[in-house]
Amino acid sequence: MEYFSFMSKLEDKLYTVKYTPDTVSHLYPVQEQCRLCKSKICTVICPAGVYEWDGTKLLVNFENCLECGACRISCEKCSLGWEYPKGTKGVTFKQG
Amino acid sequence: MERNKTQVIVVGAGPAGISCAITVARAGKEVILIERGKFAGSKNVFGGAIYAQPTKEVFPNFEQEAPLERQNVEHKYLILGKDDGTTVSYRHKPETPVSYSVVRAKFDRWMADEAKKEGVILVEETVVKELIIENECVIGVKTELEEYFADIVVLADGVNSLLAMQAGLRAKLNPEDVALSVKEVYKLPTEVINERFNLKNDEGSVYEIFGGSMLGMLGLGFMYTNKNSVTLGLGVTLSELVKNSLRPYEMLDELKNHPQIAPLIKDGELLEYNAHLIPEGGYKKMPEICSNGVMICGDAAMFVNNLHWEGTNLAMISGKLAGETAIIALGKGDFSAKTLSLYRKKLEKSFILKDLKTYRNLMQVMSGRAEHFLGYYPKKINSFFEMFTSVDGIPKRKKYRDFIKSLFTDRNFIEIIKDFCAFIRLLWSILVL
Repeated sequence: MEYFSFMSKLEDKLYTVKYTPDTVSHLYPVQEQCRLCKSKICTVICPAGVYEWDGTKLLVNFENCLECGACRISCEKCSLGWEYPKGTKGVTFKQG
Repeated sequence: MERNKTQVIVVGAGPAGISCAITVARAGKEVILIERGKFAGSKNVFGGAIYAQPTKEVFPNFEQEAPLERQNVEHKYLILGKDDGTTVSYRHKPETPVSYSVVRAKFDRWMADEAKKEGVILVEETVVKELIIENECVIGVKTELEEYFADIVVLADGVNSLLAMQAGLRAKLNPEDVALSVKEVYKLPTEVINERFNLKNDEGSVYEIFGGSMLGMLGLGFMYTNKNSVTLGLGVTLSELVKNSLRPYEMLDELKNHPQIAPLIKDGELLEYNAHLIPEGGYKKMPEICSNGVMICGDAAMFVNNLHWEGTNLAMISGKLAGETAIIALGKGDFSAKTLSLYRKKLEKSFILKDLKTYRNLMQVMSGRAEHFLGYYPKKINSFFEMFTSVDGIPKRKKYRDFIKSLFTDRNFIEIIKDFCAFIRLLWSILVL
């Protein structure tokens, strides 16, 4: 009984979110730590799929960030630099 | 140094910050409210309800004037198995409204507008980067562009409260101290919502969901009705997601497809997907809520009663109490931790710290027994009703006896003792000491 299988792609979900992306990232992984990190848990728990491991480094699709902070708290190496986007940038929730 | 000096700066225009600022402004004091979003509410996400009585304490006119969605008349508790479910439902007497569903982008903005009418200076699209601390006293804030100084700074900057951490008022949060919540809002015609949820006019319904895709985990689902939309979401303790390597939106997709949920939102158009953290640490993980020149309110202070789904009310009332304390401190001209500790005393006298204290052991006990309390027992409740409603030629006495026997044979007997001890410990701490 898959009523919503058509909605299950993350891109479709993120498509509904209004963003004003900045040109620079507000998230700063320390790549040397990421290489040592076993779980790379940010690539799993991020609700916007911001982080991807390409085999050698952590890619950060910061423009999709929902600004929840889960990655900062769950970072195994406690090394993720995380700040809020500039005041004019980032996500604007209409249905929060 | 006297440049850009005001009496009170409040960081964060959510329910806590706005309630604080409006309280200060009503006493004729100068207050600047700084919000990082495009407008108040634009960065805010919650399940869906504000509470009538506490909201009235800060906004006596809100029922007539605020943008409300529906008045909640019904609470349903869904205990879901993988593909079955048991529901407990309570319908309120209609004369006393308890809560209303609202959309934060509209409601928070309305609260901020009310605050502006009372004289609060609202500065939007501005991130406070750090606090200005001199001689162990907070004396102002540094934004992206400039420095603002104040007698008192109130931190209502939300669950992540980087500022409280920077000021050394709170320790780093751990994954077990927060829940990650994702939710989706579906557009549906009013008549369809009323028909599917058994409502009329502006009546609303609240669903609290146990089990389903969260079976055995410290997590809960929720559903709220708005005028023309339905909200479905879940919040799972971050440590559970980390431990089990789970993607939160996949859990939500699974919940969405549960036969007891899916028909309710069928054919709804997804209006928005969003995510937010919920403070779960409670009483034991509260920061230092006041120090020299600074007070902390709302989510930033971990003021969430997760069992009762209360957050916005604790935010509003803590903001109000911080505001009242600021007024007294301004009257005295003394902004030391000693004077501001009145805020803590007020919180202790109020339901806020009393309730948080009552439930201080809840999360710890539940996280230790989540597999059982939120996994085994929900499954067992469903299997009881499966047994009770089945008609299959097996005599009833045998069915009852088999069911009771299964309670003792499903798991190691030691688990029953552990459940019992945890339950008694919890009950004792809630009711007695």
